[in-house]
Amino acid sequence: MFETVLPPALLFYLAAALIAWGPSRAARPLALLAPLAALALVWGVGDGVRGTVPLLGWEAVWLEGDAVRRLFATIFAIMAFGGALFALRQAPRREIAAALAYAGSAVGVCFAGDLLVLFVFWELMALFSTLVIWHGGTPTARRAGLRYAVLHLLGGVLLKAGILAVWVQTGSLEVRALTGGDWPAVLVLAGVLINAAAPPVSAWIADAYPEATPWGAVFLSAFTTKTAVLALILLFPGEPILVWVGLWMIFYGILYALLENDMRRILAYSVVNQVGFMVVGVGIGSALAINGAAAHAFTHILYKALLFMSAGAVLYQTGRRKCSELGGLFQSMPLTTVCGTVGALSISAFPLTSGFVSKSLTVGAAAGQGLTGVWLALVAASAGVFLHAGIKFPWFVFFQKDSGLRPPDPPWNMRWAMVLFSLACLLLGVFPGLLYALLPAPVDYVPYTAEHVVTQLQLLLFAGLAFFVMLPLMRRTPTITLDFDWFWRVAGPRVYRALLTVLAKAGAAARRLFETAAVGLRAVPVGRGARETTAMALLVLLVFALQLGLALFCSSTG
Amino acid sequence: MSREKQGHWLTRPATIRRLWYAFGAVLAAVVAAQFFVHVHAVAGVDGLFGFHAAYGFLSCVAMVLAAKLLGVWLKRPDDYYADDRHDV
Repeated sequence: MFETVLPPALLFYLAAALIAWGPSRAARPLALLAPLAALALVWGVGDGVRGTVPLLGWEAVWLEGDAVRRLFATIFAIMAFGGALFALRQAPRREIAAALAYAGSAVGVCFAGDLLVLFVFWELMALFSTLVIWHGGTPTARRAGLRYAVLHLLGGVLLKAGILAVWVQTGSLEVRALTGGDWPAVLVLAGVLINAAAPPVSAWIADAYPEATPWGAVFLSAFTTKTAVLALILLFPGEPILVWVGLWMIFYGILYALLENDMRRILAYSVVNQVGFMVVGVGIGSALAINGAAAHAFTHILYKALLFMSAGAVLYQTGRRKCSELGGLFQSMPLTTVCGTVGALSISAFPLTSGFVSKSLTVGAAAGQGLTGVWLALVAASAGVFLHAGIKFPWFVFFQKDSGLRPPDPPWNMRWAMVLFSLACLLLGVFPGLLYALLPAPVDYVPYTAEHVVTQLQLLLFAGLAFFVMLPLMRRTPTITLDFDWFWRVAGPRVYRALLTVLAKAGAAARRLFETAAVGLRAVPVGRGARETTAMALLVLLVFALQLGLALFCSSTG
Repeated sequence: MSREKQGHWLTRPATIRRLWYAFGAVLAAVVAAQFFVHVHAVAGVDGLFGFHAAYGFLSCVAMVLAAKLLGVWLKRPDDYYADDRHDV
């Protein structure tokens, strides 16, 4: 066995550069080989600090291994392979390059041994994922990508401020549990939670991901939110607030997905829902719960990528994305239907699928810690997952009414990617030991007991009955559902324009007053340019006054 | 009627009726299975016979109704943000 001393992220960056600018014939084979080589490197990272590099007088730890870091890096590398296969023949080279650089940055976060290195890869992840979104190529994708970038850079600023504060406070940038709930920890937590799509900014995920290309969304579904889960595991295990944040995300995801009409937005809300389960697990914090969060991240990446692949295949073949315009596709896309259904059953945690063996760890941990209320909520939410993703997605896309569309299954590389990930979902469901062996703590848990299988089947099948009984209430309408992003997409600009108008009027009045007083003449009509200049001058003064006030306040309290 | 006009066999009313019967039988079977499998209660109430079936059904009905209610308040036409007056 060899020993990895360079971060596997570098391999991804090198491959991405060669794919984007190297010989075109090498690009596509390289896109498949690079993730596999990276997977080998990931498994060569031993425990503890393995690699440092001098950086600005600092010995930056860019390679530190342990079981949970390797687990996340493993699934990221597998995901990069599956995504590259799905995108192989359809995506432009530069999009594959951006996606692999994005995957590499996520792997870089996995092995970051200090907060500074973590931050650097964190920001690179935001950068490359924005490029992936922009490859969507539409004006909507451009604007959604810009909003995504701004929000994630804002998260980065919070994270950076928190990291600096941690350094000032403790003199150490070591990646360790930041408990105590003081300000530096709160800032870091806020920065991480933005990437986890926690409230109140969960909307970025449904805003941005569905605007990417059919294959871009597959990559996007995997990395950003799951690195946030890893960061939570490393930095905030057992933080009680996370239980409530996670529960909010779980039910938010279900309700918004139930209302949604766009198939990939349904899946995006469902990402929030699933990450909610992981966040709850981290919040509970017991060894079983942390195992549950890590295991669920692993299986989730597989089945959510699979769901996004099947939705991407439908989009690629039909050009349509709204449930109200789809339906009946099972007749001509049987393979996509079967694979999409395997993904849907896995996310619903049906026995013999991957979700069953991972979600039950977290739910079991809630019961084990005596958190009865949380346990009841998680069980109800498990039924809700089947409702919003397990049945709703395949039903409205592949069955329901006949849309009359008869597209064939997608090209071979897309088909193989879906088949591979379907097999992986079933493999882990049938042989959970394969996954449990990778988990950070030893697993003393048996998922397949008669009791567990019977109760889970009761729960899910009766949730299914509820779906079909309530079907008349769930007729798809061509609508969206407002979210907190309304505040920065509508209310913010409105307030800004109103402020500008008020300032312009005040400026004009002041100018009239000044001119009347000084010259003693009747007020000169004020042109548009002059009005705006005055408004801007007043705005600058206002901002300056605010800054001054803030500085005085800080110096008096600090 | 020819097979062509009837469409795919899965979409025929007779098939759908049979699927409903099969689904009903499976539902009955997973509840009846509890005669043979002892369920350990976590919260007390979940030890009751058929708890998970009833809980799964009722919580889903509640979630659909909650979503419906939320929709009354927050649903908008899907070109809501397409209007440049709103968007940035």
